[in-house]
Amino acid sequence: MTIFQSLIKKEALHIVRDRRTMIITLVMPLVLLLLFGFAISMERNDVRVAVVVDRHTPQTREIVARMQADDYFSFTGIVSEREAEDMLRRGETDAILFLRSEDGRLTAHIDADASNPVVGQASSAYIQNLVSGNAKVPVLTSTMYNPQLKSAYNFVPGIMGMIFILICAIMTSVSIVSEKETGTMDLLLVSPVKPGVIIFGKLVPYFLLSCVLLCVMLILAYTVLGLPVSYTIVSVVVVSMLYVVLSLAIGLLVSTIVSNQVSALIVSAVLFMLPVIMLSGMIFPIDNMPAFFRWVSCVIPARWYIEAMRKLMIQQLEFRYILQEFFILLGMTVLLLVLSIKKFNTKHSAYEF
Amino acid sequence: MTTPAIEINGLTKRYGSLTALDDISLSVNTGEMFGLIGPDGAGKSSLYRILATLMAPDSGSASVLGLDTVKDYRALRLRIGYMPERFSLYPDMTVMENLHFFASLFGVKIEDNYDLIAPFFGQLEKFPDRMAGKLSGGMKQKLALSCALIHRPDILLLDEPTTGVDAVSRSEFWDMLATLRQKEITILVSTSYMDEATRCGRIAMMDRGHILRVGTPDALAAGLGENLYNAVSADMFGLLSALRKLPEVSDCYTFGATLHVVGSDRFDSAEAERRLRREGIADARIYPAKGNIEDLFIKLAGNE
Repeated sequence: MTIFQSLIKKEALHIVRDRRTMIITLVMPLVLLLLFGFAISMERNDVRVAVVVDRHTPQTREIVARMQADDYFSFTGIVSEREAEDMLRRGETDAILFLRSEDGRLTAHIDADASNPVVGQASSAYIQNLVSGNAKVPVLTSTMYNPQLKSAYNFVPGIMGMIFILICAIMTSVSIVSEKETGTMDLLLVSPVKPGVIIFGKLVPYFLLSCVLLCVMLILAYTVLGLPVSYTIVSVVVVSMLYVVLSLAIGLLVSTIVSNQVSALIVSAVLFMLPVIMLSGMIFPIDNMPAFFRWVSCVIPARWYIEAMRKLMIQQLEFRYILQEFFILLGMTVLLLVLSIKKFNTKHSAYEF
Repeated sequence: MTTPAIEINGLTKRYGSLTALDDISLSVNTGEMFGLIGPDGAGKSSLYRILATLMAPDSGSASVLGLDTVKDYRALRLRIGYMPERFSLYPDMTVMENLHFFASLFGVKIEDNYDLIAPFFGQLEKFPDRMAGKLSGGMKQKLALSCALIHRPDILLLDEPTTGVDAVSRSEFWDMLATLRQKEITILVSTSYMDEATRCGRIAMMDRGHILRVGTPDALAAGLGENLYNAVSADMFGLLSALRKLPEVSDCYTFGATLHVVGSDRFDSAEAERRLRREGIADARIYPAKGNIEDLFIKLAGNE
């Protein structure tokens, strides 16, 4: 067995023997994907609507008929105005549609329960759509790339952005720092093995682990979550690999700065996990942020990764549409690698990498 | 043999405003078992890190086996066996996995050098699949030593190998080192247990970045002078404060179950006993003591 092989074997033993970490790394991506894909759904099925009609006309009948036929609605009946408000208050309906005819013209008014703003917005938008379909000049809205407004795979890029930071940055930095803490790093360094080989031997296992996770997540996204399959998957893999290397560089950099496992965990989590969740556009759209945070988000690698992934996975665009994101990520990777290797070298004084 | 295995010249290392090693010079002969004795914070570990090529000194130079620790560190790393302060092993790897791993780092096979570690690794062989983290302190120590020796180094650097190990294992460990010495391996060993100093051929006493004395344990203890006495009484605390008040007592400190009294030239034990009786300590007994390294250390450290 070569030195490099035994370094990797050793690291693999650490990963496999730490059962808790193993379970978290394997189970968490799956749980997150499925949770965001199905349970935490931003789309709205079965909007319960009660209708109040002051005078039946063919027009109102058509609207009601269409609502009954639509999968997105569950029609709770035509009720009186007072009854409708009671139903809304008791939570028996999500929205009330008032149809009033004045001088032969039909006006529609929607009262939606917005105690959950997302649900309120979605249901009123659906009803609006339904009613306006009846207008003289129909407004045509087509939701491109995601025609059914499915949120299931909207989260896939964001979750991938998060998982790789977790596995690569946090796990690598903790594992390097733990060797420093226990003193085994000293033993590795006094051996004839070059420090570069030692560090490489620490990074490769986590790279391989990330590749396995990438496969699992992609398979899940393309099968269970129903992401459309196309040749852009090649670009998805390429960009993800780049992002994995970038995350490893972050982990290495963190490990050269901090001196114990707890601070490695805190630094990685606070500096990298939180921004990934809050500022990368994974949950909150970047365009809606105050200018300051928009600027901050520019230096967060996950922002560019997630943007690129959205374009590749959801919009199914070709590689040339993500060149900007790709080169920003590439630049960040090179910068971080150079920085962390430099930092590692100065830490280990006069000795070459 | 007279060629020095370790040659240290004016070595200085600072961490910010703290001077860990202050202009240290030392020479260790080939084949010697040399002890670095000193309390925590004396600078022993810093010296080890420089000798093990893990750290460069701020000024001065050190050479091990004729190789400079900074310039020739690559060649040197093949020839030193280093055991850091804590037993640095992988607790989640088994006994054999640890040994195999360290052998592979040096590109050697366990079988080739097994004769060297056999005397103490034999006990570990009974449970090759036990996790290193589940071993007792003494067993961990044996495994760590095996790992440090597996590439048959010419010199062993052991940084406080007996700290945190029970008394029986400590004694066993020194016996193991004695067998290694017969195989012509130079050993530099540090300890904060003064009583272990006698197990070394020569020792250097270190305190706060300085080397206080170098010599054989016997010669050092002999240089202590004759005015050392034991003092005992049922009321040890009363005895201590009473003795410290006597003008001809230059120092008095607890030493195991007794007090050690360092007298000036005018000190007379019979006279002192009489004086103590007058002060109400009737059972005070003072008799000559044989000084050891610890007494010397207290004396030297007090002079600083």
